[in-house]
Amino acid sequence: MPSTEVLSRRAFLTSTGALLVSLSTTPEWAAAATNGVATRPPVTGDQLDSYITIDPDGTVVAYYGKIDGGQGLGTAIAQMVAEEIDVAFERVRVVMGDSALTLDMGGASAAIGVSHGGMMLRRTAAEARRLLIEMAAPKLGLAADQLTVTEGVVHAIADAKQRVSYAELIGGRYFDSKVTWNGKTSSQLAVEVKVPLKKPDEFKIIGQSFPRRDLAGKVFGTLEMVNDVRLPGMLHARMIRPTVAGAVPVTVDEASIKDVPGAKVVWIKDLLAVVAEKEWNAVKAARNLKVTWSDSKPNFPGHDKLHEHIRKAPVIKRGIQRENGSVEEGLKQAVRVIEGEYEYPTQSHSSIGPACAVADVRGGEATIWTSTQKPYDSAACVAELLGLPREKVRAIWMFGTGSYGRNDQGDATADAAVLSKHLGRPVRVQYMRHEGIAWDPKGTAAVNTGRAGLDASGKVIAYEYISKAFSRTDTNTRESRASDVLAGHLLGFPLKPDHSFEIPVASYTFDHGRLGWDIIPPLLDRASPLRTTHLRDPFGPPILFGSESFMDEVAAATNTDPVDFRLQYLKEPRDRDAVRIAAEHYGWQKRPSPRDDQKDNDVAVGRGIAFRRHFATFIALVAEVRVHRKTGKLDLVRYVCAHDVGMIVNPETLKHVIDRQLVYGTSRAMLEEVRFDQNMVTSVDWLTYPVLHIDSIPENIEIVLIKRPEAAPSGAAEMALGLVPAAIGNAVFDATGVRLRRVPFTPERVKAALERV
Amino acid sequence: MAQLTLMVDGRTRAIEVDDPDMPLLYTLRDELQLNNPRFGCGLGQCGACTVQVDGHAVRSCITPVTSVTGKRITTLAGLGTPDKPHRIQSAWIEEQVNQCGYCINGWILTAAELLDRNPHPTDAEIKEALKDLMCRCGTHGAALRAVKRAAQQA
Repeated sequence: MPSTEVLSRRAFLTSTGALLVSLSTTPEWAAAATNGVATRPPVTGDQLDSYITIDPDGTVVAYYGKIDGGQGLGTAIAQMVAEEIDVAFERVRVVMGDSALTLDMGGASAAIGVSHGGMMLRRTAAEARRLLIEMAAPKLGLAADQLTVTEGVVHAIADAKQRVSYAELIGGRYFDSKVTWNGKTSSQLAVEVKVPLKKPDEFKIIGQSFPRRDLAGKVFGTLEMVNDVRLPGMLHARMIRPTVAGAVPVTVDEASIKDVPGAKVVWIKDLLAVVAEKEWNAVKAARNLKVTWSDSKPNFPGHDKLHEHIRKAPVIKRGIQRENGSVEEGLKQAVRVIEGEYEYPTQSHSSIGPACAVADVRGGEATIWTSTQKPYDSAACVAELLGLPREKVRAIWMFGTGSYGRNDQGDATADAAVLSKHLGRPVRVQYMRHEGIAWDPKGTAAVNTGRAGLDASGKVIAYEYISKAFSRTDTNTRESRASDVLAGHLLGFPLKPDHSFEIPVASYTFDHGRLGWDIIPPLLDRASPLRTTHLRDPFGPPILFGSESFMDEVAAATNTDPVDFRLQYLKEPRDRDAVRIAAEHYGWQKRPSPRDDQKDNDVAVGRGIAFRRHFATFIALVAEVRVHRKTGKLDLVRYVCAHDVGMIVNPETLKHVIDRQLVYGTSRAMLEEVRFDQNMVTSVDWLTYPVLHIDSIPENIEIVLIKRPEAAPSGAAEMALGLVPAAIGNAVFDATGVRLRRVPFTPERVKAALERV
Repeated sequence: MAQLTLMVDGRTRAIEVDDPDMPLLYTLRDELQLNNPRFGCGLGQCGACTVQVDGHAVRSCITPVTSVTGKRITTLAGLGTPDKPHRIQSAWIEEQVNQCGYCINGWILTAAELLDRNPHPTDAEIKEALKDLMCRCGTHGAALRAVKRAAQQA
């Protein structure tokens, strides 16, 4: 567990002298590093040592204030640091997500692991290299500009034998040198250094497909995850949730678990849990415990009537993302107006492992072991819940189940901390399967409405797209406040819901345009199983399903090929290239949709395209789909994804990230919908929340990486998946002339849509 | 309190259980302190808790511990090691299948059983064998490629 990091560091420090003498092969003056200071300065944004240090043996340690949710970021970060500081890739160790050792760089968020955290460490690695050359100059009796670095050894350009290693210069000690920090933390943290970064033609490590470092531990079952933390005296806990949303415990029959060895009830205000020494006994106690609950009538609309509810619900906040010209004026001038409506369901993070966390709260201090994407924020949340100063809570992030946004990990971490404080012992909480689907914060459902006005030539002169939905931060995605977690709701912390949604600024340009969003009130304001937050690609599928389907709808209405139509309104070269390259690679035949040659076929084939720009990532996805008219079943024959992320750190890992997320996005497009009745979420397991299995995956996925080494790196962890539902829907339209207007595309729903025509 | 003897990854382990119905999963994790298998659903629906019992992949979350005494239990860590990897494990690394890796027990141990009884399966046979396993990161296609790679190396 990462705490060994501290121990090993201390162990290294005490043995520094001996270690260096034994390693040293250079002159006597280099027998022990004398540069820098012996103790690491406080971990603040303006200290170089907060980002990079050198171990006694010359290993470069990079302190990454983010986490790797399973996409191999640790490998990419090591490559970026190794490149700039000039050591072998194997000589970089990455420390992630420990609030005592690393700065708060925001945890995982918005796929900026490389573009934000990685670039920051790259800059500080370059600065460390500059300082190390500066330290070497007097020792070698040469000017800094006569020196260079090869694999962690500074040497004369003219004579490689005049050399001194990083280990000899500063190994085991600290730079104690300042960098220019903007004074902010989390995703806003920025740092500048005096030295330029390497140019792409100098790269030796960036751009190479180094194998991922985390895989062997996973494949051989040796990687310790948060689930595997075992502390002396640790209790296992299970939370007790009501069967009607909003209900709180009124009476608890402790005698109902008297036969379960060591089982005990913990009841604090409205928070209810059972604990036991053995995990199985905690599970049994949770099953057996008899509780009477308060009368609660949440009056949920039910998932079948949810979109009707959204349509009718009052708007509590409207946001205009972009407006140009006057849509009303444009529509007035139009000779024809096209309108389209698209519905997206509620979806769950539903991680393969329900949330798990361990907390040890004793003596006015807390340590939390968590695999939340936001360990620093989770520590702040725990501090508020427990009434501790923020600096008294240490968060140690560990690998765990994949999370896909603001899932239930932060809730479990808070539960563990509350229970540990109450019991004075370490507590491990693991949620059960029903909690992992029914009680995680949800990705919002949406009703999207598009309107397009055409002039006599068929040109789009007015375009409006409004997405109406729940707030995507009803529960804040950063989970840094007590009110952002279930435990806070149950312990009476006042709610502070945010009203934010936003929609991506589309790249298309029209004479008159408006992109906006309307937020409606939450269905239940407290401890709601349907509270809404970020689900992977929060600006993606719910909105792009509609906007990219509608783009296709307008193309069809003007009898224009869908690729040509998009290129007509995209002006920026990188936007256009993504669309053009995806179409070329697919072998796109130009013609308007739908095909007219398959009307009598039971099985019809079609292709569809969808495009987006997200931050500085440009992606187009072509899907080819086989439609079985009699059953409504869709076969996903082929995906072609053109992907421009700017500078690529590790091409193979990038391809894997895109490939896996397209499969994940397919699951959300084809199957996933949280079901609920008037009282409660009824999706409680994998039968009631069906997801994709291997027998339904896309038959072929082809990824074309667009190479732009000169462009700043953007993100890739979630950008492609948002295109999946529109690309499939557009392919179904091409095949059949029937427009799918609601996700997921289950056979029943597709069949019903086909029969309506 | 009952005394049981289990054979796990080639070692004989004596344990005491107070509930004969306790699933094997909790014995392995709690009593023997093994880090795999993992709890995914407790319902036998996902496969994250898979181990092999006498060479057959079973869901340890719904397998009573008393039903496997005297049988050979193999966990992911017992299937192979970095020095002596099972060919499925080698293929998994070569294809860089995983993202989070939480579900991996089910995939590797089920695929290993498949290759034991059918060394050269077709794509359809691989999908049939793996269709009741779950992965939320979308590694299914990569898993299919890894099984094919391992089969070619047989």
